Amino acid sequence: MNVEALLQQDIPLVRRLLVSAIRTELRRFGFKKGVLGLSGGVDSSLAAFLAAEALGPENVRAVLMPYRTSAPDSSADAMEVIRLLGLNHVTIDITDMVEPLFAQVPNMGQRRRGNVMARARMIVLYDQSEEWGGLVIGTSNKTELLLGYGTLFGDMASAVNPLGDLYKTQVRQLARAVGVPERIIAKPPSADLWPGQTDEGEMGLTYAEVDKVLYLLVDERRTLAEVVGMGFSEAFVRQVWRMVQRNQYKRCPPVIAKVSSRTLDWEFRMPRDWGT
Amino acid sequence: MPPQSSSAWRCSLPSAVARPSRTRRHRLRRSPLDSKFTVGLAQTFPRLGDVEANLQRHLELAQEARGLGVNLLIFPELSLTGYTLRELVPHVAIRPSPEHPMWKPLLEASASLAIVVGFVEEDARHRFFASSAFLDGGRVVHVHRKVYLPTYGLFEEGRYLCAGDGFRAFDTRFGRCGMAICEDAWHISTPYLLWMDGADYLIFCSSSPAYGVGTDQEGATANAAIVSQFTKTYATLLTSYAFHVNRVGVEEGISFWGGSLAVSPRGQVIAHAPYFEEALIPLEVDPGLLRAARQRLPLLRDEKPLAVLHELSRILSEERRHDER
Repeated sequence: MNVEALLQQDIPLVRRLLVSAIRTELRRFGFKKGVLGLSGGVDSSLAAFLAAEALGPENVRAVLMPYRTSAPDSSADAMEVIRLLGLNHVTIDITDMVEPLFAQVPNMGQRRRGNVMARARMIVLYDQSEEWGGLVIGTSNKTELLLGYGTLFGDMASAVNPLGDLYKTQVRQLARAVGVPERIIAKPPSADLWPGQTDEGEMGLTYAEVDKVLYLLVDERRTLAEVVGMGFSEAFVRQVWRMVQRNQYKRCPPVIAKVSSRTLDWEFRMPRDWGT
Repeated sequence: MPPQSSSAWRCSLPSAVARPSRTRRHRLRRSPLDSKFTVGLAQTFPRLGDVEANLQRHLELAQEARGLGVNLLIFPELSLTGYTLRELVPHVAIRPSPEHPMWKPLLEASASLAIVVGFVEEDARHRFFASSAFLDGGRVVHVHRKVYLPTYGLFEEGRYLCAGDGFRAFDTRFGRCGMAICEDAWHISTPYLLWMDGADYLIFCSSSPAYGVGTDQEGATANAAIVSQFTKTYATLLTSYAFHVNRVGVEEGISFWGGSLAVSPRGQVIAHAPYFEEALIPLEVDPGLLRAARQRLPLLRDEKPLAVLHELSRILSEERRHDER
């Protein structure tokens, strides 16, 4: 089975579906503007391109939210996207938001600090959402969502997520097609929460490999044994599936303890687009 | 523990169950005055999607039950898998083969006591059923595939499972039994059909969620009261033993209420497990009570299944005529 070929998509069709979904869903919710956090990485850059196409660049606000250790290149790349698209933009440095907390809580490790920063950015984005009158457009891709590589109520928070059904590999394909600068597509993916951090380094895997395994397990519904039989290492396949399993909670709304005979999300299953 | 032949399994599948002839059934059955036996209600809290862990728990409880003198140990619906499986269904499904690593130890455990166990069954064509198997003497005596898959309210079984297509009573060393799984028992025809097929012992296995907290149920939820009520009613009107074994624990925010129940052919509650807590409840069953109850209330003697058949045919054909108009 040529998994690489299976991960190839009909790019014009995917682009059309995503652009139309952003535009339609935002309108259903009663909005015509969007706001997104722009890091200068490929995911948020692609989301910005799609949002600009769907809503018009004048209706998209890009928010840059650097921390004092953020790579200067990140801001430069984000500014390049803003220039190319002609987006409304604002920069809000989160250093002064998070450092007082770091000072109060001694021994806060890198991971906790990273999560605090991701959640501080969420606060900024939702505040901008109110001021700008636009909804937050998410930038998490399918690989991250499945592996749980994201901060709950942080970078995972959004109203509409156009990239949630695209693996990282597919994000890159689409990014190339819509005109995201090659420099952004080619650089190693990073959450940029601390100097030198890369996604692949932190998770101990490569997107090229993990996307294939996820595609086989999730989209193709193959068993672990079958995927191992296709030549992937058993330890790796098990590790990936364990990550998917352990992080299911991040992909669900919080558990509601059932008491009544009509519980939200169980018997009360109204469509999100109710009445629109 | 005798080795299992694959034909023993094949014969136990519902589609392949040949209904024993009357004479054979009489030879297999003991007279109602035969010896008493002990049933164990195993009110468990399965681990969702972890068949191996649940299997170990089944084996531990079988061991414990043996120590309590239990002859027939009944587990709830989907006791090997947990209930809110959604797309875990294919991951936990067990192929019908006695060589399967999950079956072997259960069949071995059934050499010394009969076990009713709930599982997801996968057939040769990859359809998935919510099934309960009656294991005894190291072999599968009968498999019931849940017929009524609730797909309303909080229930979504019809999305993930295939419906079974019938109800069959079956002979055991204790007498003739009939099994039904949760929603099956809410349909009044289910116990009636099993009764007409000769079942004196009705075994209901459930994963019944708790909901409805009015102030009139004394610590139980509203649906718990209904299930307990109809279990008692069925036992009374069918002058048969009824055992309802329900699970406990919490999955996805849903609690399961337990409250497993055994009712005598006279409609008396002879065992009642606690609500919401794991329990293993042994109770003595006296087959002689069937005889006494059916003298006192000769409903089985006077039942007219042919009238039922006749009227149902008429009703269904008239309905068709209505539809055609």
